[in-house]
Amino acid sequence: MIEYALIFALTCFGAGLLFNLWRIVRGPGRADRILALDTMVINVIALLVLFGISKGTAVYFEASMLVAMVGFVSTVAYCRFILRGDIIE
Amino acid sequence: MILDLAEWRMSIDSSFLPIISLLPFLGALVPGLMIRAGRTACATFTALPTFLALVMLLILAPGVMRGEVYTAEIAWLPQLGLSASFFLDGLGLLFAVMILGVGLLITLYARFYLSKDDPMGQFYTYLLLFQGAMLGIVLSDNILLLLVFWELTSLSSFLLIGYWKHLPEGRQGARMALAVTGAGGLAMIGGMLILGNIVGSYNLTDILAAGDQIKASDWYVPALILILLGAFTKSAQFPFHFWLPHAMAAPTPVSAYLHSATMVKAGVFLMARMWPALAGTEIWFYLVATVGLITMVLGAVIALFKDDLKALLAFSTVSHLGLLTMLLGFGTKAAAIAAVFHIINHLTFKAALFMTAGIVDHEAHTRDIKRLGGLARLMPVTATIGTVAALSMAGIPLFNGFISKEMMLEEASHTYWFQNPWIVPALATLGALFSVAYSLRFIFHVFGGPVRDDYPHHPHDPPFGMYAAPALLAVLVVVIGIAPFLAEPVVKMAANAVTGAETKPYLKIWHGINPALFMSVGAILGGAVLLALHRPLDRAWIAAPRPEAKVIFDGLVATVVRWTRGISEALHNGAISRYLAYFVTATVIVGFAAYQGGALGAPTREMLPVPIPVFFGWLLLIIATATVVILHRQRFLALVVIGVVGLMVSAGFVYLSAPDLALTQISVETVTIMLLLLALHFLPKETPAESTGLRIGSDAVVAVAAGLAVGLLAFAFMMRDFDSISAYHLANSYKGGGGTNVVNVILVDFRGYDTYGEIIVLGIAGLAIFALMEALLSGPAGARLRNSSYDLDRSRDRHPLMMVVVTRLMLPIAIMVGVYIFLRGHNQPGGGFVAGLVVSIALLMQYMASGFAWTTRRQKIKYHTLIGLGVLVAGLTGAGAWLAGRPFLTSAFGYVHLEPIEEFELATAALFDLGVFLCVLGAVMLMLYSLSRMARHAGETVNKEPMGYDPSRAVESLRKKAE
Repeated sequence: MIEYALIFALTCFGAGLLFNLWRIVRGPGRADRILALDTMVINVIALLVLFGISKGTAVYFEASMLVAMVGFVSTVAYCRFILRGDIIE
Repeated sequence: MILDLAEWRMSIDSSFLPIISLLPFLGALVPGLMIRAGRTACATFTALPTFLALVMLLILAPGVMRGEVYTAEIAWLPQLGLSASFFLDGLGLLFAVMILGVGLLITLYARFYLSKDDPMGQFYTYLLLFQGAMLGIVLSDNILLLLVFWELTSLSSFLLIGYWKHLPEGRQGARMALAVTGAGGLAMIGGMLILGNIVGSYNLTDILAAGDQIKASDWYVPALILILLGAFTKSAQFPFHFWLPHAMAAPTPVSAYLHSATMVKAGVFLMARMWPALAGTEIWFYLVATVGLITMVLGAVIALFKDDLKALLAFSTVSHLGLLTMLLGFGTKAAAIAAVFHIINHLTFKAALFMTAGIVDHEAHTRDIKRLGGLARLMPVTATIGTVAALSMAGIPLFNGFISKEMMLEEASHTYWFQNPWIVPALATLGALFSVAYSLRFIFHVFGGPVRDDYPHHPHDPPFGMYAAPALLAVLVVVIGIAPFLAEPVVKMAANAVTGAETKPYLKIWHGINPALFMSVGAILGGAVLLALHRPLDRAWIAAPRPEAKVIFDGLVATVVRWTRGISEALHNGAISRYLAYFVTATVIVGFAAYQGGALGAPTREMLPVPIPVFFGWLLLIIATATVVILHRQRFLALVVIGVVGLMVSAGFVYLSAPDLALTQISVETVTIMLLLLALHFLPKETPAESTGLRIGSDAVVAVAAGLAVGLLAFAFMMRDFDSISAYHLANSYKGGGGTNVVNVILVDFRGYDTYGEIIVLGIAGLAIFALMEALLSGPAGARLRNSSYDLDRSRDRHPLMMVVVTRLMLPIAIMVGVYIFLRGHNQPGGGFVAGLVVSIALLMQYMASGFAWTTRRQKIKYHTLIGLGVLVAGLTGAGAWLAGRPFLTSAFGYVHLEPIEEFELATAALFDLGVFLCVLGAVMLMLYSLSRMARHAGETVNKEPMGYDPSRAVESLRKKAE
């Protein structure tokens, strides 16, 4: 049963990634794109966790934590860039 | 135990040799410092190493005179046949004593010659460097080592000749000397390598013993020509003689040293040294003797018509070097003896003459013979010294030059040149005749005649210190001239070494009535007649057209520069896209050629199934890459899409079970994005379209071809089993490095040396960015920056409350993660590099949230210091291995059990990793810090408070109101 659930979830998050990419490419606003990229990071984290479950190992879980910790920083940087121009004032 | 005293003495004596050749180099460090203690102290400390080396040499001298040969060998690069081996025989001893002895005299002379404005410390440093290089040449037992010293003489003589940097003649003369002697040196390297190949050893002693084998070899002629090119350029032989007169722009002590005893004699030394190996064949005779003969006559003729005292002496040096070359070219024992004797004589009178010319110049403020005359009455001591030396140069009896010139004429008188019995004697006599003429001109036109009243400066004799050195040499000239038998043992010793056989030099003034005597008498009489006719001859010479060597040389150099510039500009036009296109196309073609070689076997692996997340990742990567290509003109959008690529690559690393790589990748991505955004703030936000359609099309072809090639290469590799070093690393990681994380063990242990180099490079890069920014901001770009405005439509919330609070919360967590990753790095994914990146991201968050000023104020250690500390810690850890008697960076590890913590490992590698951590942290932070300083410079204000709107302030003010 878990296998089917995994396939379903992986497909969903994968499709989510594609939709994110669609937003990144199409926009229309810069904020849309940044938001899509940030969502993409979250989806990738989800994919990593799911992949770890399917392999039955905890290594991927840890990796997803680290990606989560670092992943949002670039989103912040992009946002500061469009809000203030200079990211370190 | 019986101590073999003689053997012990021998080994001690031999160990002198490397010390002797090192002494001048060590001593070269001192004058620059001692000049602070005064000029005399500086000169004294220059003389000290020279004197010490001379004393050590003289201790060895009795042994060498007995015929012993001292050798000392220190292995250097045995794989290349290069060893620091030295040997001392008669020839080497003669030259070494000349180099050091004249070096001492020159040191004394220069002390008085150089004016107060000349940087004397520099002069003596260059002089000692040059002296060391010359000593190295004459003491080397390995021809590769000899080549090293040979090049060193070219370089250090360049410094000496160009010592008066403010004079264009000095700079040009130095450049010319370097170009000519350097080119010759290059040819000589080729010749020496061929020679080493023929013999199978680069040791001079082996080569000298293998003369017959060399002369029989097919490669004899090319080797001979190449080596002679080196010797001829160095010794200013025709047609390479032109650099020497231009080198006269140097201060006179330099000219006296370089052109009497050392630099130009290096070529003669080399020919003498190689005499047993190369001389005695027809081609040797025709090449060496002919070139020597031409040089001798040509130099003597030009010298007569030079008005500059030093130019006269320069061409006379050229002429005498030609004489020596010719004698060595004759290839007979008697000629070799004459050559050795003339080397000594030429040294004594020429060094004295140069110094005399320097004194005249120093006192009268001119070296123009036409403006001089009558100095004998004004400066009698100088005139006496000059006259004695010049009479010796002319070859007048009772002076030493006479005896060696007689021996030369004697040898020339029975030499046949293409069956022609009279051409060599006639030309030799002609050379001697002109030699007499210019020597007499030196005496009569400078010292003779009436006292004039139009000298630029009224001359008188210099202080004793200045004429002491030439006076000593003049005494030698007379002593050897009257009692030549005194020099016999020295000449015998050196001549034995040159010829490699027993010689019996018999030096005497009266050789009986023989052809040489008639030639000599003819030369002296003819020379006197020429001098009498000098005035009309000089007018004719000035009127006659003649090639100007410097113009030809400059033209030649300009032509070569034009050609090479044409080539390099065609290939290297400044457009990086063009270089990339060349490089990538060439790589693809070479790779295709390699593939055509057909070494690729059949695939040995199966295709793997594609899991769902991988499929999506792959799809995203492709689409994102294509999007970057389409959107790249909108720079910000391109950056966002690059973020997608980075994310997918990191995820790919996770999937391919390289979690540490993934972590590194995502951290690097984040830092890179921040760097690019910082820079983009000051750049146009769009790239203008400049390329034509054709250009885009051709670039696309190159890019697609390269991408496909790389993809196919990776595919081909992954479909096959192959051996790599990975297996070794996997097997030895725990055993040898004490860690289970192979990547980390490779970084900090197996290839610790590489990592050490890399962190230094990283640190340098960080510092260079800081320095470049500093220079940029203080230059015109900084002014433009200050005057440009960035009034975009900006948000007014500069430091949002939420962001500040979140980053503050994240800081300890992120740093804890960093510490954790660092500590476990040796055994599990992590390590100093990743930890450094994670911690720097944690700090950068603070910069972004609360601003530059607020964060910088809380920074305790400067980032420059962090970089330095990192390199220091890593280096000290590496050096710690020395204490245990192991090579640099050998690691050690052990396991410690401390209650209540579990057993853990302590490895020196972790300490090394700490250095990596500090260096990475410092470099990354310094780079971002430097870039963000630009905004401060652009006139933007800073925030002192942690956040834009601080609610706690409102609470405080309410409380105050309530009170």
